[in-house]
Order: sequence, then structure tokens, then C-alpha cells
Amino acid sequence: MLRFILNRLVLVIPTFIGISILSFGFIRLLPGDPVDVLSGEHTMTPERHAELLHQFGLDRPIWQQYLDYLGRALHGDLGVSLSNHHSVMEQFLQLFPATIELSVCAMIIAIVLGVVFGMLAASRRDTWVDQITMGGALVGYSMPIFWWGLLLIIVFAAGLHWFPVQGRMDLAIFFKPTTGFMLIDSLLSGQKGAFLSAVQHLVLPSIVLATIPLAVIARQTRSAMLEVLNEDYVRTARAKGLREGRVTAIHAFRNALIPIVTTIGLQVGTLLAGAVLTETIFSWPGIGKWMIEAIGHRDYTVVQGGLLMIAIMVMVVNLVVDLLYALINPRIRIQ
Amino acid sequence: MVALLEIRNLTVSFDTSVGLFHAVEGIDLSVDAREVLAIVGESGSGKSVEMLAVMGLLPSTATVIADAMTFDGKDLLGMSRAQKRQIVGKDVAMIFQEPMASLNPCFTIGFQLEEVLRFHLGMQKAQRRERAIELLTQVGITRPAERLRSFPHQMSGGECQRVMIAIAIACNPKLLIADEPTTALDVTIQKQILDLLMALQARTGMGLIMITHNIGVVAETADRVIVQYRGHKMEESDVLTLFTAPKAAYTRALLSALPDNATGDRLPTIGDFQEAQS
Amino acid sequence: MAETVSSEPPTETATPDVATSTEIAPIVSTRRFAAFREFWGYFSKNRGALIGLIVFALLVFVAIFAPFVAPHDPDDQFRDFLLVPPAWQDGGNWQFILGTDPLGRDMLSRLIFGSRFSLLIGLIVVTGALSSGVILGLVAGYFRGWVDVVIMRVMDVILAFPSLLLALVLVAILGPGLVNAMIAIAIVLQPHFARLTRASVMSEKTREYVVSARLAGAGPIRIMLMTILPNCLAPLIVQATLSFSNAILEAAALGFLGMGAQPPTPEWGTMLADARQYILRASWVVTLPGLCILITVLAINLMGDGLRDALDPKLKRS
Repeated sequence: MLRFILNRLVLVIPTFIGISILSFGFIRLLPGDPVDVLSGEHTMTPERHAELLHQFGLDRPIWQQYLDYLGRALHGDLGVSLSNHHSVMEQFLQLFPATIELSVCAMIIAIVLGVVFGMLAASRRDTWVDQITMGGALVGYSMPIFWWGLLLIIVFAAGLHWFPVQGRMDLAIFFKPTTGFMLIDSLLSGQKGAFLSAVQHLVLPSIVLATIPLAVIARQTRSAMLEVLNEDYVRTARAKGLREGRVTAIHAFRNALIPIVTTIGLQVGTLLAGAVLTETIFSWPGIGKWMIEAIGHRDYTVVQGGLLMIAIMVMVVNLVVDLLYALINPRIRIQ
Repeated sequence: MVALLEIRNLTVSFDTSVGLFHAVEGIDLSVDAREVLAIVGESGSGKSVEMLAVMGLLPSTATVIADAMTFDGKDLLGMSRAQKRQIVGKDVAMIFQEPMASLNPCFTIGFQLEEVLRFHLGMQKAQRRERAIELLTQVGITRPAERLRSFPHQMSGGECQRVMIAIAIACNPKLLIADEPTTALDVTIQKQILDLLMALQARTGMGLIMITHNIGVVAETADRVIVQYRGHKMEESDVLTLFTAPKAAYTRALLSALPDNATGDRLPTIGDFQEAQS
Repeated sequence: MAETVSSEPPTETATPDVATSTEIAPIVSTRRFAAFREFWGYFSKNRGALIGLIVFALLVFVAIFAPFVAPHDPDDQFRDFLLVPPAWQDGGNWQFILGTDPLGRDMLSRLIFGSRFSLLIGLIVVTGALSSGVILGLVAGYFRGWVDVVIMRVMDVILAFPSLLLALVLVAILGPGLVNAMIAIAIVLQPHFARLTRASVMSEKTREYVVSARLAGAGPIRIMLMTILPNCLAPLIVQATLSFSNAILEAAALGFLGMGAQPPTPEWGTMLADARQYILRASWVVTLPGLCILITVLAINLMGDGLRDALDPKLKRS
């Protein structure tokens, strides 16, 4: 098992290098002069240009620039934002909990409901239950999620007023954030109605973000279960006279879990992509919205830094999923 | 004496996209305690299907119709699912052809073995472990205490089949059904497994149904034999009569197709038999 | 379904029937025709897939004949008819069946012309991603060694980023616009084809028919294209339908974020870009374009499911 972990960690390194090269190269790939881009000054004297060139280290050989960049990045220095001159890393750390909170809630919804619906559909194969859940799943991942979000806003802002449609917290309630996770902070603050407000604000964005992963997980669970239910060892379990519930929930499900966990891992990338859109629609102050605004404002250091951090996040989650996979699959765990 | 397993006029049909398919038609069959019955036939003869019907392991597309299907005096057809589960795995057990695939890859063999002890016999943890070790020793697994913690992929095919047998005999069944238990194994291991099955049968006095397409296995193990072809019973007799004085044309064709029985240059095939029939 | 090469002349009264057809034209290879008929047999049994096919065919028709089908020009602004609701609502007007947008343009016409963009985007992106992905996958899988390592690492890096984010960044580099959006999406979707092809190539490479082709003296290119590739087609086709629908969704998302097709282009995603402010006042401006995207992608996904089931019924996943 340890060898497997080390193996996986080693494999991560070239990918990390590739990611860092891509984000390093990003600014240099932009049309126009990098000096212009980084300084924001568009007309300058040749002396000023040379001065800035030296200041940004752009007069050094490219491989040296890359190593500098890498070195700084590994120390957590991602430069400063071109629009507000704050540290990119600082901004990232400030906004990152909001995205994590939203993503985790969405993922929990997606996994729990996805697995439940998938198993339901598998056990009642070809009945109306199956058709409806799988039909729903198909619609779920065929939808543009930004439209789905807008639709929900129409229903809840114009109509039902059950849930708020933007932000993370009632504007009337204010407290100093400690962890950055609104659910935790609101409880810690002890203010009346804070926690409820936090939950209410989370509902719609989580549902929207969860939709595609839920649909995919539901479909994958169903097909994994159907495949497993045909296996010889399930027949043996039944031949042992065990209850059908035990056969399905323990013998079959445990094996179906393997491809399901793989699918869950693959959905993380989708989730972060979806977060970009969801945060934009619901004015959720997370990394996705930050990146979009940065691209719009041509704040390229933010884009570069954000890109690197997000890719690292995805990499870390994939690593965790791989380890989880090894844990549940004895064939890999025990060599 | 009432037969242990009694089947009369069994027909099993499957709902397929090209219509109703009869895997088994009009089969009569009975097995007594202490008896070894061999069911022999080619693939597609329906021999596995009828035993799966007894165990209740057929998919929902299958329809089982029979004049009678009783085990130990109890009517299998009229039983509820819950009642059937009391018998299956306990009084009547089955082992299958692919031992490695028949064990759950995610659980230890100890877990899978102790399951039957827990649910059918209500044994406690310590008791279960002891009995599991005992069973593994009975089926010839070395270092049984250690092996309890192994996973199926860590064992060989022969060992997996021994574990399957251990699971099957865990609750001292009255009838054991073995569906091609040695087909997927090495020749040397085949003999060991067959010997094991026969020894267990002799010791416990349980009935044993041996499904096989290998005439050699029939000769070594059976008391009585049923020959099947395409879902129909061709012949039923005791093993000696089958080899010395086969009655059905199919049986004769089957025996003459054995390489050992070759007389001329050309080995007769089942195709010749089919032609002779039409 | 037994297929026999029949040398009987085709009978005029014989009704085409899968099991007994004798209408096999001598030019077309018997085997391939039979394979197609078997495939169609499975595909047509799937109701969802058929519905998807019909809807998709309709969309293609509408896209091709847009100028004839649309009641108005998509760019015509009717200043007196700003934000007119759909005809069946209060204040609606049968001149503009689905209403008008904030600039007075007919929604129905814009949506019809929008179908051109979505279908074209899907087609171009998939063609680009498929061709480059397949070539890279073939090369990587066949030659192995450091070529394989380099190509696959690059693919891994691309896959390490969430697809929309990477597409956004690429568009930021290339500049917003429909063409750049298509290039960006094609780059982002291509690793899936590369990986798939590579996996197929690696498993087929050791098969006997490839070995015999090599022994017969066939060069690597011939082997890759003629021998191996035809046998990897099934998963590639399925992936292509998936990528088609993904491309449409991604392009719409980029349009929504202002980075894809630029206004006044009637691309469905772009039409939603400024729609937020009209959520309460004129919800049809928001619901209709998205609905079109949903229907199109749904149709393609239904077809994709049907294709997957029909191409390998053993893998029935739907």
C-alpha cells in the first residue's frame, strides 16, 4: 500500500511540472508585449521599458525566468494582482473557502442522491422507476447549468421566495469570519438567524452545481450495479440463502463502489468548472467568480495564479480519490 | 423411502427477444440421501438450469413449471421466498464452475465463510471462527487460521474451489449440487477436488448431484446417471448399465465419441448423431 | 442473424428482411452491409435513440434552411416592439411568436439561426478534436517509448485543468470570439480521443492480425490507419457524440461569459449573456435560448446512448 502511495506521488510530479509550465507560459503567450501586460502602462519611453523589463525579470533567459517563477510559487508567492495590487495568494486564500464550502455541499448532494437513485434504478430495472430516474439523469447532464441556475432564480426570486438568490449571507447580519466557512462561522458567531441564513444561501447554488455530477453518478451507479449483479459471486451470495437486501447492499455494492469512486473522482474537475458558472450567477464570492472577473479585467497575474492553484487542487483531489480507490479494491491494496 | 429431491415434469422457459425458449422440458429427476447422481450432457442440454431452478437462482425472465418439485418432503414451488431462504445454503447447497469468480473479491474468505454460519446457524463470533478453521481443515486448506484473512485473488483456483466447498458444507446440508466443479481446474487438481467431494459425501451421507460434461467424472463418481440433450432426458440408469448397455441412441453416440472408444479412423461426432436422427 | 452470401438474383417482390435479404449490391462488401443492418436493428429498437435522431434531423433541417424557415431576419430590430412577450401571453403578438428581445429582435428567428451556430460548433470542434486526438493517440500507442511518454504527459496536463477554465484561459490568450472559442474547446476535448485511441491501439497491437500485417511488410502508417484504426471505431464514435454535446455546452458557456461568440451573433449562449437583468421582466428571453440548448444536447445524448448500446449490445449501459 505504501508503495502504491509513493508510486502515485511520483507520477504527480511530471504533471505538476507541466501545469507550472503552462501557467508560467500563459502570460508570455498573450498577444502583445509582456511588459505592457504586466505593468499596465501602454506607452512608455524606451528607458522606462528597459527598466520595467529588468524589474519583471523579463531580460533573463527563459529557463531562468521559469525557475524563478517556480521557486516563488513553491514559496507561496504568486505575484500581485494587476488591478488592486494585493497579493494573489492572499486573495486566493480568502476566497477559496467559499468555493470549497459550495463544492463540498454540492458533492455531498451529488454523491448521496446519485448513488441512491442509481441503486434504485438498478434494482427496479426497466420499470417506470428506472425510466424516470435515468431520464431525469439524462436531462440533468444535458442542461447548460448557467441556464438551470437562471431558471431556479426565476422560480425563487420571482415566485416562491423560499431561498435567496445571491451571496452567502443575509446582508443585515454581520460577523467577522474565522474559518471562512460560512456554515461554521455562523454557528460560532452565535448570532440569531445566522446559521439559517447561511444554509438558505447555500441551497440553490449547491443544487445547481450538484446537478451534473449527480446525473453522471446516478447513471454510473446504475450501470455498475447492473454489471455486478450479473457476476458469479452475487449468485453465490444468493445461493447461500442470504436476504436480497444484504446481497445488494453488501456483496454487490461493495464491488460496484470501485467504478463509482472512479467516476466521483472524475467529476471533481467538472465541479470546479461548474463552480465558475454557478458563482457568477449567484454572485457567490469564490474563486470561480474571481477568475472570471480577472479575465474580464485583464488581470493576468490573478489568472495565472488562480489557474495554477486550481489545477493543484484538482491534482490533490485526484490523488485522494486514487488512494481511496486503492483502499476499497483489495486487489490493488494487497500485492 | 421418500426421495430427498423429487422433480416431476419440470419445464423451464426463458423470455427472450426471439420468443419463449425452453431450456428444460419435461424432466423427471430424483435423488436420495447417500446417493450420487450425475447429470451429463453437452452445453445447452439444460443440466445447470434445472438445478438453478431448484435453488431459486434463475433470473426473472425464467418461468419454472413442474408437476412436483419437493425437497425433503417440502414443496419448493409453493414456498415463499423467505421460506426458501431458510433451506437454500443450509440444507441444500450448490458450488459452481468458476471458483475464483464465485468468491467476492472485496471480502476475505473468512468473512464469506462465516456469513453462512452467522445467518443460518446463528453462531457467535468466536464460535464462527473456530468452525471456519475446522471447515477449512476438512477441505484440505493448509494454515487455515492465516487463510481466513486472505482474499480470493491471493488463492489458486483449486484452493478457491475448496473454500466454496467449505461454504457449501458449513451447515451440514442434506444435498450438495456441484455444477461442473472441476471443469475450470488443472487436471491434477481436478482429481483432488473430486476425491474431496466423494470423501465428504461418504462421511456425511448427503446426497450429491454432479453436473458434468465429462464422462470420466461420471465413471469415477456416480451411482446413477441421467443423460440430457437439448433440455430433454435421453436416458436414466445406474452407472454400470450406462457404460455396458446404453439404451438411448444419444448415449451410444456420446460414448462412441470418446477417443478411448475409437474403433476406426474417424471419430464419430454429435453431428453424426443428429443426422442419424433426422 | 445469419448472413449468407447469396448468389441468387434479387427478387422484385422480396421485402427487405434482415434474415433473408438477397438485395445485396455486388459493389458493397457483404460483411459491412450486414454489420450496418445489425447495428440498425439494435439502434432502432431504442425509442429514445430514435426520438433523438428525429429531433436532431429536424434541427439540421432548420439550421440548413434557416433563411426560409425563420419569419424574420435575426438582426432586424423592431424599435416599436421591444421586449414583446410570446404570442400566447398578455401583450403578445403573432408577428413575433416567441416574443422579442430587449433590442426588438424576433426571438424565434434568432433561435432558428442560432441552431446553425450550435451545430456548426459541434461539428467543427469534434472534427478537430477527433483528428488531432486520434493521430496523437495512434502515434503514442504504436511507437511507445519517449514519444508516448511526452504525448501522454501533455494530455495529462490538459486534463488536469477543469475544461471550462482552460478554455477560458485559452480564449483569453487568443482573444474572445467564436473561432477562438472553437479552437480552445477542441484543444480541451482532444485528450479524450487521444487516450481512447492509444488504449485501443495498445491492445490491438499485439493481436495476430497486426503481427501478420507487419510480417507481410506493411509499414507503420499503413498498419495504423488501415489495420488498427477500423477496429477502434466503436468507442471513438461514442466519444464523438459525447464530445459533440460537450462542445455545444462549452461554447454556450463561453458565450454566456462573453468570451465566445460575440453579440449580435445569435448564438444561444451569447443570447443568455445579458439575460440576467431580464429575469423578472421578460423571462422568455432567459428560458427560450436555454431550452434550445437543452433540447439539442438531449437529442444528441439520446443518440449517443443508442449508438453505444447498438455498437456493443453486451455493454448495454442505458
